[in-house]
Amino acid sequence: MINKEKQPLYHKFRNSLIQSVGKMADPIIAIIMALLVGSIIIAITGDDVLLAITSLVLGAFGNMRSLGQSFLAATPILFTGLAFAVAYRSGIFNIGAEGQFLVGAIAGAYVGTLFIGLPSYLYITMVLLAGAIFGALWAFLPAILKIKLGVHEVINVIMLNKIALYFTNWLVSSSGPFRMGSTLPATPFVCPSVRFQPIFPNSPMNVGYFIGMVIAYVIYLIMWKTKGGFQMRAVGHNLYAAKFSGIYAERSMVKAFMLSGALAGIGGAMEICSVFGRFYAGFSPGYGFEGIAVSLLGNNHPAGIIISSILFGALKTGAMRMQILAGTNVNLVKVLQALIIFFVASRWSLVKVISNYKEKKRRLKTSDSSLSKEGGNK
Amino acid sequence: MREPILRLENITKVFPGVLANDQVNLEVQEGEILALLGENGAGKSTLMNVLFGLYTKDDGAIYFRGEKVNITCPKDAIKLGIGMVHQHFMLIDNLTVAENFILGSEPTERGLLSLKQAKKIVNQCSKEYGLSINSDSLVADISVGEQQRLEILKSLHRGAKILILDEPTAVLTPQKVEELYKVLRDLKSKGHSIILITHKLKEIKDISDRVAVMRSGKVVGVHETATVTAEELAELMVGRPVVLEVTKERQKTGERILEVNNLHAKDYRNLTALNGCSLHVKSGEIVGIAGVDGNGQSELLQVLSGFIVRDEGEIIINNRNLPRKFAQKEVYDCGVGHIPEDRMRMGIIADFTVEENLLLGFENDERYSSRYFLKKDAIHNRAVNLIKEFDIRTPSPLTEGGKLSGGNQQKVILAREISKNPNLLIAAQPTRGLDVSAIEFVYQQLLEQRKEGKGILLISFELDEIFALSDRILVIYGGEIIAEFTRSEATVKEVGLCMAGVRRKSND
Repeated sequence: MINKEKQPLYHKFRNSLIQSVGKMADPIIAIIMALLVGSIIIAITGDDVLLAITSLVLGAFGNMRSLGQSFLAATPILFTGLAFAVAYRSGIFNIGAEGQFLVGAIAGAYVGTLFIGLPSYLYITMVLLAGAIFGALWAFLPAILKIKLGVHEVINVIMLNKIALYFTNWLVSSSGPFRMGSTLPATPFVCPSVRFQPIFPNSPMNVGYFIGMVIAYVIYLIMWKTKGGFQMRAVGHNLYAAKFSGIYAERSMVKAFMLSGALAGIGGAMEICSVFGRFYAGFSPGYGFEGIAVSLLGNNHPAGIIISSILFGALKTGAMRMQILAGTNVNLVKVLQALIIFFVASRWSLVKVISNYKEKKRRLKTSDSSLSKEGGNK
Repeated sequence: MREPILRLENITKVFPGVLANDQVNLEVQEGEILALLGENGAGKSTLMNVLFGLYTKDDGAIYFRGEKVNITCPKDAIKLGIGMVHQHFMLIDNLTVAENFILGSEPTERGLLSLKQAKKIVNQCSKEYGLSINSDSLVADISVGEQQRLEILKSLHRGAKILILDEPTAVLTPQKVEELYKVLRDLKSKGHSIILITHKLKEIKDISDRVAVMRSGKVVGVHETATVTAEELAELMVGRPVVLEVTKERQKTGERILEVNNLHAKDYRNLTALNGCSLHVKSGEIVGIAGVDGNGQSELLQVLSGFIVRDEGEIIINNRNLPRKFAQKEVYDCGVGHIPEDRMRMGIIADFTVEENLLLGFENDERYSSRYFLKKDAIHNRAVNLIKEFDIRTPSPLTEGGKLSGGNQQKVILAREISKNPNLLIAAQPTRGLDVSAIEFVYQQLLEQRKEGKGILLISFELDEIFALSDRILVIYGGEIIAEFTRSEATVKEVGLCMAGVRRKSND
């Protein structure tokens, strides 16, 4: 009798343990599965699998230099990932981070050339702020179209991505106003004080990613600890119930959209300070879209996005070394990324596998016990 | 006793963490109506789904005419002659009756679908069982009662000897319920067995021969219906004595809290839904609006909460004349609490914790937030208090709202809305889908509010509920209030006739 009453509690505890472990294990399993399938592909293309994998890992984390490179690569997608997450949590599908990123970047690059002699920290803040403001404004357009005219954001935002791309390209073209005597289709270099310095010798790593982590934490606070964030999430989870409770859903959506755009914009400006020092035509190789994957992989949560952005950054950096040492194809890393996303998206879940297995086992047991009636309950 | 047509032996079904059916034994005789009574979550639907092959049982056996059978999918069940009519009909709206009828067993002529044949089958079948139905009309255009008839016919046509009906009266007017009873009695006399899943005691007394009561996955008693009283059944079902009769003292009503005059509005299809609707609610009274679903109740609620902009008419709440367009928040600022008709869609945010759900609408209250940040401790304490006060059964304040049972979700909403301390409480379908003890709780809370001098507007499709709670009963039909009764003069028959639009009555 006592045994019987105790069991559910124990089960509960064990199940919740399995579940929480399972939650963490989920993406890890996805990565392992992606690597496995990736290895098969490498083997099929006739390259050395072991060499490829080790050079991938060492290329990403092997020394300070590659580690720094990985973090540099992780920075822009951290921001676009956060941008996607904030919007997503608020019921908006912002696939426009690409455009907002570009607009933020060129705004940052422009502001970065304006003043000479400002102290570094102040100037960098200004540049990032410029990125945030213009990113937010670029996101304001689809937001206002959505709530005033009911146009779905996805359509607008795709078009705005294109507009941002060609507009910024034009700005730095030979007839564009931002070219300002530069020989390339690019803005002139920003003032030296705007650019980050490496923090370690032998490594390009700078404070960019750490600023990103701080901002990720701030986003966490905004979304989960403020009333504005509470309202945004309420609208995101259940628009109707949120409205019903008296929340001004439209305002909330505009706020969320602009916050999202601001994050992407900061990401763009950060890339100016951190890596390139100038804006050039075709500045983003698709960071906005990569951000979607990063965010989804990180469960649309700032903490998760910090991890998944590092993973994606590392994959990119490691892939270069893999390409050189193992001779794999340039696009293999994209295949790996796609596989990871695939396995995450297909809800490859440890919990499910375990519970299915247990279910099967239990069924076998019950069919045994129905044969020998008293055998089961021990 | 005769050999039962169907015998369930030691049926056990486990869901992760829940023992839904715990060694259930049940027998069904040929030509009887067996009621399966139990609260939500007692396991009656699970049991029937096992029987119908929708779930696989974990243990136990099913015997059909004394022979052990293996039912692994609905096809097996249908082959044995078991039919099920679900609470939510499995019909396709934009197909005709005949087309729906033949879905899954389409008659063909030279390899092509033959609708002519289909119509013939429907007409033949409807004649055979004396259930009239028009085979040409679209399912979207026929009434709920007819849809139900179609479902029953469909099952019979597939050779059902045992018919499982899941909450069949939930969607019907009193008159239609009578018609359904007649159909069921007819079937019974033809030797069909009927299993009736329900949690309405009155229904059981009205129609069933025997009743099996389920509680937390077990059958706790099987009785001849004639030998038990409704009170005994309720007690069996809940596991403790239940107060079924609502007692309320007469009390004085005060001034008008809500006044709606000549309201006109359209629904989302841009069709007229409210057509000159007028009503008022005074403080200290419960005004019940009876009516068949789809007569403007939803639209009235949506106009009152600011989701639909009215075309014409006046809304005055607490002496404040609401403008034509107003935000949801303005209604609440007038002192209104609102228990929404659709719990999951409007009342609860499933992914939010109980604590967060209780906070909805209070996040701007300076007790719970400063300029920007939420006051975590105050919010938590409030949640803990409300959980205690309203007896919300939740593992913790941080459990997600979607994981609670329907009754507890409703308690969360009640707690939130009542703690707004509103002058006017709008309660739409406040007990929809709830079990007896939850219903009892909701009633108590509403009566408590009445006692405190609040005005309550109750909208419900359950006539019993309207009668149990209301001081005044209004009937809505075609977007208009076409009748008004005081509680003492109202009879089910009169109100039912008004609901069907046959009669009007004004109270001057």
